[in-house]
Amino acid sequence: MTLSGQIAIAGAYEHPTRFAPDKSESLIMAESARGALEEAGLRLADVDGLFAAGISMGPMGVVNLAEYLNIKPRYLDGTNIGGSSFVAHVSHAAAAIHAGLCEVALILYGSTAASSAMAIGTGLGGGGRDPEAAFVAPYGMTTVGSYALVARRHMHLYGTTPEQLAEIAVTMRQHASLNPEAKMQKRIDVADVLESRMISTPLHLLDCCIISDGGGAVIVTSLERARDLKQPPIVLRGCGEAVCHQEIGSPDLLTIAAKQSSEEAFAMSGLSHDDVDLCTIYDSFTITLLVTLENLGFCKPGEGGAFVEAGRIGLSGALPVNPDGGGLSSNHPGMRGIFLVIEAARQLRGGMGERQVDGAEVALVHGTGGTLGAIHSGATLLLSRD
Amino acid sequence: MAKQEIEYRAPATNWQTRGFWEGCGRGELVLQRCGDCGTVQHKPRGICASCLSSALEHFVACGRGRVYTYTVTHQNNMPGFRDACPYVLAYVDLEEGPRLMTQVAGCEPDAVEIGMAVKADFVDTGDGLGVPRFVPA
Repeated sequence: MTLSGQIAIAGAYEHPTRFAPDKSESLIMAESARGALEEAGLRLADVDGLFAAGISMGPMGVVNLAEYLNIKPRYLDGTNIGGSSFVAHVSHAAAAIHAGLCEVALILYGSTAASSAMAIGTGLGGGGRDPEAAFVAPYGMTTVGSYALVARRHMHLYGTTPEQLAEIAVTMRQHASLNPEAKMQKRIDVADVLESRMISTPLHLLDCCIISDGGGAVIVTSLERARDLKQPPIVLRGCGEAVCHQEIGSPDLLTIAAKQSSEEAFAMSGLSHDDVDLCTIYDSFTITLLVTLENLGFCKPGEGGAFVEAGRIGLSGALPVNPDGGGLSSNHPGMRGIFLVIEAARQLRGGMGERQVDGAEVALVHGTGGTLGAIHSGATLLLSRD
Repeated sequence: MAKQEIEYRAPATNWQTRGFWEGCGRGELVLQRCGDCGTVQHKPRGICASCLSSALEHFVACGRGRVYTYTVTHQNNMPGFRDACPYVLAYVDLEEGPRLMTQVAGCEPDAVEIGMAVKADFVDTGDGLGVPRFVPA
């Protein structure tokens, strides 16, 4: 029996903070839980499934979180597959609810990546004393560098230009300028991106996501129950997960996990690409968004550069992407997947003011976790109005 | 401050991976081949990742390959790399099939190109171990 059309998002709350030196990860998660429960019309006692991942959460993290929240859920899931974790949590929660193992699933993320001065982009590039990591550690692969390897290959094969990548950063900033909570709201142009400092060729500073604090909460329950709650239910139509790595030979670096996970999600949903009104896509770097659009099937391999030109992924374009401004401009507290789910749900509910995508009925959510050029996960959701 | 050389540390090893790093210490690029299905694999493992056979043998690869992709790293805040930028991080496709993450050295960073022929070069890290880089062939 299919999951499609049975499960809904009943709460989607983004913590407004972008810098919270006075808070802990757990506190940001708890405040986010309060926000999502309030808007859904639920109480903490209604939660019987807890899902969470975090940068500094250990193997027992979700258990410790249950203690912090003083709840005793009957279903626990601490799956951590990188920044896409929370997208996967939605499908894991759906499966658990569908199987009767829980009824109200609370998905949480919180992070103080900025106020703790975590150098996510270029501070992890080497070192580590794990024998498995030794095949990367000596070479100084930064997070940015791993994505830059993909960008260089794409440029080589298809002639994709720095200007086309920059166009993505410009569009995300336009969206962020309409989001009062976005960290970076001042508009930029292509020249600003190209003149910003080179981090790892061909990626400039403004090709890279920002680092912020933040967090959020998502509540998943049965569609039947969601219809009795305060918000319009956002229905899960399809989902999929995948992993990509270097295998033991020479795989194509431009075929990413999004291909497999989105094919699963589309097949489950019965929807087609033409049905999708907007996307929320993990934009850790400009190249991430470009190569994800190709692998999701919105354009052919190699056509991503032309696809993102001329405002096609802007709010008034044919396929608006990340109306909130994404990780490039709104917020990026280390693992951004939860905001992809939240913004998609909010857009489908409507009423997002200047950044509302008109007539949004169907949204595709895709999160990438890990490092695109080395090893990464992907998780896709297709969501719709009830 | 003048550009420094990267400070390579001896790689962390275990029994599955030590053969590779000891090979680098001798100036040899050592790969694994499955005695049952013939697959050549990298990274080294304790089992064949194609057929799950334990009958693995090590052999010395020719050390030649081509740059699959690369990036010139201008910022890395890790000690040992911070003052060594710019340096070239790359994937090299070996003639025997597997792809290695590595660095390309021995030429100006701007001279590196995808498809460029390269050969292995080794940095001695002491204790009989080494780290492989690639230089123009």
